[in-house]
Amino acid sequence: MSGPRRDPDMVRPYVRTGGRIRARDDVRLESVVIAATAPTDTLGPDARRVMRLFAGADGGLAVADIAAALELPPSTVRILVSSLMDSGHLASPVDATDDQPDFDLLQEVLRGLRSMV
Amino acid sequence: MDFAPWSDRTDASTRTDESTRPDESTPAEGAERAHGTDRADGSVTYVPATVTRSAKIVVAGGFGVGKTTLIGSVSEVRPLRMEEPITQASAGVDDLRGTPHKTTTTVAMDFGRIHMAGGRLALYLFGLPGQARFQPLWEDLAEGALGCLVLADTRDLDASHDALGLLDSAGIPYAVAINTFPGAPSYPEAELREALALEPATPLTYCDARDRTSSLHALITLTEYLSEHRSAALLESRR
Ligand SMILES: Nc1nc2c(ncn2[C@@H]2O[C@H](COP(=O)(O)OP(=O)(O)OP(=O)(O)O)[C@@H](O)[C@H]2O)c(=O)[nH]1
Ligand SMILES: [Mg+2]
Repeated sequence: MSGPRRDPDMVRPYVRTGGRIRARDDVRLESVVIAATAPTDTLGPDARRVMRLFAGADGGLAVADIAAALELPPSTVRILVSSLMDSGHLASPVDATDDQPDFDLLQEVLRGLRSMV
Repeated sequence: MDFAPWSDRTDASTRTDESTRPDESTPAEGAERAHGTDRADGSVTYVPATVTRSAKIVVAGGFGVGKTTLIGSVSEVRPLRMEEPITQASAGVDDLRGTPHKTTTTVAMDFGRIHMAGGRLALYLFGLPGQARFQPLWEDLAEGALGCLVLADTRDLDASHDALGLLDSAGIPYAVAINTFPGAPSYPEAELREALALEPATPLTYCDARDRTSSLHALITLTEYLSEHRSAALLESRR
């Protein structure tokens, strides 16, 4: 089988996102990030807007939440967040010891949904 | 009727009050968005600091099939919207030289969020129109998705084909829920399965996307299937 078909006529507008042109594989729309401490004075305007969202935050935000709050395309935010993780401004809240396989994630989702009805 | 926790609507008579939410009646594509409404940081609902994992389920289906409604019914936070501009080359019939026109289309994606597992897990639900021409967005959305709930309307079953085709070619497991609209014809299950070209194992259920419990049951049907599907795949790989 070949990979997913792609319409060659469709491209995303080119975006300038802090040197990166691709998002990290682990930075998806639902990936939650939290603020880490790093100086923000060298950041570009969009990256600064992202960091400003976290000022005084009492939790994290997913890539999608950032895209909605800043009215930026999600594809751009994936790349911005990837750069900000590379530079140590943002971090993943995932506990390093927490690497359960996907199967458990599904079980947790199932249990969670069942508990809501 | 059972309403979402973020909603202040308490009875069916207030259901038409959509004044505080984006207008769902206009197709998102090509729509000019109102600028100058940069949201105050105060309107951001942060993911609780207890959350260490997140997961995603995609809700797909043709225009107006109830994706936004379903996400709104189950979300614990007011649903949000992202907009992705895509440029599309289209050879216009009025163009004598045959050079393709570039048109920019904005695709809107609604999403909601549910917290579970004692606050350790955030489940995001993303809605996306099923049109095949939105395929680049599908790839972003599909990456890492647990699975997809496809909504279908018996008045236009063909509208589901694009979504089903994309899911089949991307290998994303899915369940189908018939969203029951008034006056929509009902067919025997076998006929529906045939019309939608579903595999025998693919769950086919019914829901009222406006109702939280009904929508949750459709998501449970999907997740049960995903869990069986995963077990079967694990067994298969051990042979
Ligand atoms: N009777 C009935 N009406 C519904 C149901 N689900 C949605 N609707 C109505 O159908 C209309 C369209 O629903 P939406 O949730 O906006 O559909 P959508 O799939 O998000 O539409 P697009 O984003 O435009 O593709 C709204 O007026 C809903 O109130 C349902 O289960 N039963
Ligand atoms: Mg919608």
